[in-house]
Amino acid sequence: MTATDLTAGRRPMARADVADWLAERGVYVGLLLLIAFNLAFTPRFADADNIRLQFVQVVPVAIIALGMALVIGTKGIDLSVGSVMAISSALLALFLGYGPVVAIVIALVGGAAVGLLNGVLISYFGIQPIVATLALLVGGRGLALVIAQGRLTEVFDPVLATIGSDRLVGIPIVVLIAVGVAVVVAVLVTRTTFGRYVVAIGGNADASFLAGVPLRRTLLSVYVLSGVLAALAGIVQTARLSASDPSFVGNLIELSAITAVVVGGTPLSGGRVRILGTLAGAMLMQLIGATLISHNLPDSATRMVQAAIILGAVFIQRQRTQA
Amino acid sequence: MSEEKADAPSATVLEAEEVSKRFAGVVALDGVSFALRPGEVHALVGENGAGKSTLIKVLTGVYQPDHGRILYRGDPVTFARPLDAQAAGISTIYQEVNLIPLLSVARNLFLGREPTNRLGLIDFRRMHRDARAVLERYGISVDVGRPLRELGLGVQQMVAIARAVSADHRVVFMDEPTSSLEPREVKRLFDVVDLLRRDGVAVVYVSHRLEEVFRLCDRVTVLRDGRLVHTGAVADISRLELVSRMLGRAVADVARARTRFNDRHTDKRSQAILRATDLTRRHVLDHVSVEARAGEVVGLAGLLGSGRSETAKAIYGAQALDGGTVEVQGSPLRLGSPRAALSAGLALIPEDRKAEGIIPSLSVRDNIVLAALPAMSRLGFVSERQQDAVVRPLIARLRIKASSPDQKVSELSGGNQQKVLLARVLCLEPRILILDDPTRGIDVGAKAEIQTLISELADQGMSMLLISSELEEVVEGSDAIVVLRDGAVVGRLGPEEVNQEAVMSLIASAGHQAEGPAPSGGTDAGANTHDGD
Amino acid sequence: MTTTTGDGDPASIAIADPDQAERAANRRERVAAVLQRAGAFVVLVVVTVLASLIFGTRFASVDNFRNILEASSFLGLVAVGMTFVIVGGGIDLSVGSLLALAAVLAAYGSQYGSLVAIALPLGVCGLIGLINGLLIARARMAAFIVTLATLLFARGMAFAVSNEGNTIFHVREDLAVTWLGQGSVAGLPVPIIIAGVALLLGWVVLTRTRYGIAVTAIGSSEDAARLMGLPIARVKTVMYLVSGLLAGLAGLLVAARSASGQSTIGVGFELQAIAAVVIGGTLLTGGFGSMAGTLAGVLLLNVINNVINQVGTLSSYFQQVVSGLFLVIVVLVQRYLSREQRL
Repeated sequence: MTATDLTAGRRPMARADVADWLAERGVYVGLLLLIAFNLAFTPRFADADNIRLQFVQVVPVAIIALGMALVIGTKGIDLSVGSVMAISSALLALFLGYGPVVAIVIALVGGAAVGLLNGVLISYFGIQPIVATLALLVGGRGLALVIAQGRLTEVFDPVLATIGSDRLVGIPIVVLIAVGVAVVVAVLVTRTTFGRYVVAIGGNADASFLAGVPLRRTLLSVYVLSGVLAALAGIVQTARLSASDPSFVGNLIELSAITAVVVGGTPLSGGRVRILGTLAGAMLMQLIGATLISHNLPDSATRMVQAAIILGAVFIQRQRTQA
Repeated sequence: MSEEKADAPSATVLEAEEVSKRFAGVVALDGVSFALRPGEVHALVGENGAGKSTLIKVLTGVYQPDHGRILYRGDPVTFARPLDAQAAGISTIYQEVNLIPLLSVARNLFLGREPTNRLGLIDFRRMHRDARAVLERYGISVDVGRPLRELGLGVQQMVAIARAVSADHRVVFMDEPTSSLEPREVKRLFDVVDLLRRDGVAVVYVSHRLEEVFRLCDRVTVLRDGRLVHTGAVADISRLELVSRMLGRAVADVARARTRFNDRHTDKRSQAILRATDLTRRHVLDHVSVEARAGEVVGLAGLLGSGRSETAKAIYGAQALDGGTVEVQGSPLRLGSPRAALSAGLALIPEDRKAEGIIPSLSVRDNIVLAALPAMSRLGFVSERQQDAVVRPLIARLRIKASSPDQKVSELSGGNQQKVLLARVLCLEPRILILDDPTRGIDVGAKAEIQTLISELADQGMSMLLISSELEEVVEGSDAIVVLRDGAVVGRLGPEEVNQEAVMSLIASAGHQAEGPAPSGGTDAGANTHDGD
Repeated sequence: MTTTTGDGDPASIAIADPDQAERAANRRERVAAVLQRAGAFVVLVVVTVLASLIFGTRFASVDNFRNILEASSFLGLVAVGMTFVIVGGGIDLSVGSLLALAAVLAAYGSQYGSLVAIALPLGVCGLIGLINGLLIARARMAAFIVTLATLLFARGMAFAVSNEGNTIFHVREDLAVTWLGQGSVAGLPVPIIIAGVALLLGWVVLTRTRYGIAVTAIGSSEDAARLMGLPIARVKTVMYLVSGLLAGLAGLLVAARSASGQSTIGVGFELQAIAAVVIGGTLLTGGFGSMAGTLAGVLLLNVINNVINQVGTLSSYFQQVVSGLFLVIVVLVQRYLSREQRL
């Protein structure tokens, strides 16, 4: 086997270049175009209230997408995030009697536990990420429903209410939480050993192993982190809605999160993590929905358009990695 | 052995004329001509990067040649896809059996062309009967309804051959077919190859085992660095000559005074800093022991597949073992963990740069510091500036041609990627460095630089294990050499004995029968005898 | 240092009798294989016997068994398609939404007669299945993301057709199509018969035809299958097409049975189907599967569901937890068994 054999079978350059460009910059261009369109055609788009609303609504997806970006960076996937959101929401409602701090901590620990289970199945038992997290996607929501006994619980708590709807210097607290998470994840990715290990494993797991990268520990941490962030998203969502509804919270959010990551230029094949792109991807999907709704297109149309965009984004990524 | 065997330079069945192939500027095949006669078993040999794989792929439609042409049964042909070559009657048996292990033997034999009844359902009775008939030709009687994986690898290989060689096939490529077979399975494979030869099928036999070449093959073609260096009857060449053509120069040149890019004397009284003892892995390594003193370069010589890379990986903890110990400075090393090896001061540059070395999606900087990250971070935090303080001098010292430390490593040339890997281990300041074919597939300039560097490092007291596809490199770079064949040590050469001829004669020497296949017709496969004609 | 050629000369490797070790390994392999094939049936029988002993005729009655079978028939249909997809090394997450879409389309189409009520859902679901297949097999996109996207799309379409879920179309009781859901032949409800036929056909195709073997081969090793000259893309495309069609058929039967089409049904149905298939012994990594096992898996999930309902004090959501738990355990056991079987 000649080392150079790998470069054989090259596709036409132009197609790869277009795909490359789109994958790298497409999300920002799309975002700008969408904003321009809305400024021109959507009444009251630039109002402070509307802008605030868009940011608040994108928070859960953005937080989960940041964890998902790390997971995808290792060439993995986490399908259980929506169920984790539901579990965390149910735990929060259940333990609120012991005070908000205890409840929040328990909800986060619940998310970490699911992430740990994912991580153990993947890194120690060698189960494929999609399979392991699928099992928890199935069982997780059931568990959440069992915890909540299938009911919607209204959540009245001053601390949670503050988190959910108050502002700090005009910025909603939930948005500040998301910004905080983004900064932490960005620091992790760019400034820490852990971040290097994540992209190294995704880029070439065999070479990473030979270079002494702690594969298992890193993978385990990534899935735990993804679980904790999903739980945080569940808490934020519960606080914002003042209600815990385990049968709906986080439904299909794994799809939105994966889309945000992929649209943001992180390839599903791993080896890269793009934080800003991921956030822009989440915002793009949020604005597409908002735009369609404000132009009186029904929710169903939004879903169909989103589905088409997901397929388009993955298709472009695919063209790029084949080149 | 058989009448049909090419006694005259008769018509060739498959021929490559002056074929060249380049990949991204690297020449993989350079004007190679290769002719295959009906009913001959033709050995194709050469080291890493010699171009064997590329030649096979060009002949079987995986690649298109850049220059030259392919003739099949006298007519120029173009195989656009492997399936075209298969349809024309050229089949390939890959090194790893490419069948479906969970399906039954019969299903594997007839996959995609199962006999069906009027309803379009598979006629299992007929399929099993036909399968038994096909396998009986090869002297195999098994329950064809059993899943393939329940059978030994040897039988699986037979099934692969039986599947590949239907009635109208004229050429079969076999890529290291015996690499994972038991001796008795090897014997059976040889019988099948003989059968094919009698049927007039031309067999191209890729192997690193000289015994097999001399026992089984009629002619041999040697490739080296993408060029044809020898082709001719096996009967007309001695083992030593064949080894010398594979590894380097003509025998006459070998005897000349040896030049060394590494000339220094190690203190013989000093203790061994690395001591690997009785490394054993079934079918792979057989009680291999290696020692190195401080500042000593120990060469691991042997042909591809001799166990040289496996030995390197076993010491480093990246090859599973059934037994054996490794000691670094007298204290035992936890086996199976590269991390443990690294913290004991043992580093490895792996053989396959692309698959096991570089992380293509990362920058030059990140690739260089990857292994040293724990030492270069504070509380898990890393700083680019701090890293650059280490990375930039290394880039300068090794003359890595990169626009900046931020450049993606996948954009560099092979030689520069190799230097990045060297830089990665140099960051660690290891006491022992294992280099597995460090100059493979890189340009002459980078090669000389890397060789100089190895010499410098040894002068500074670093111990090394050196493996190379080029014997010259091992001989000139090493203070002592351990010669491996078929996963076992067949000789050790001290500082005064290191020369190419000595290494080659150890590689070429026969013996070690238990490991090789048993003689077929009672004829002993002696060093230079050939039981063919 | 001296030249010591005799260093490792006695080349007999430390393994005493490779044949004996080999035979022992083969024995373990066969046990593992039996466990993999029959495990779900054993558990099904045990659970059924236990439930019969505990609940008596409340559980073990002809009526209750018919209920279980009828409830199983919709999942069974979808699971047949899912078995093909999983054996072929893929996954189809869109089936739950396709089922809802088909139910809505069938009810909507019934305004124009039975023929439209049948052709519309099957046509649309088949088309979406085909698109799944083409994107996965030809454009080589990851199956889970493609089918997740069509999950979203199909659900959106179901809502679009039903005026955002506000309109529930009804199937007129006098239409022939209602017989598919409500009729019975010799005491057996039609959905059970249809599901039974689908399972039987699926079993024949999977084990007795070139197509079925090709699916198995591709799921086991796509590279090897390609080298052996199998038409990979075509086989995979058909796999997803069939899965879409069967999900459409299941939705059609649901609509015919309930005489209405609701856009909110079938959420999470794909996960139940995957659970049933995998519990039945089909490897989630592809390359090995059994239609009989899928039948056992489907029945097992529905028996457990029935038992949970019998208990009464348990919330019905336990079924999902049990499915997930089963899935984790089965996947771990499979991982162990595949190691034992040296896959």
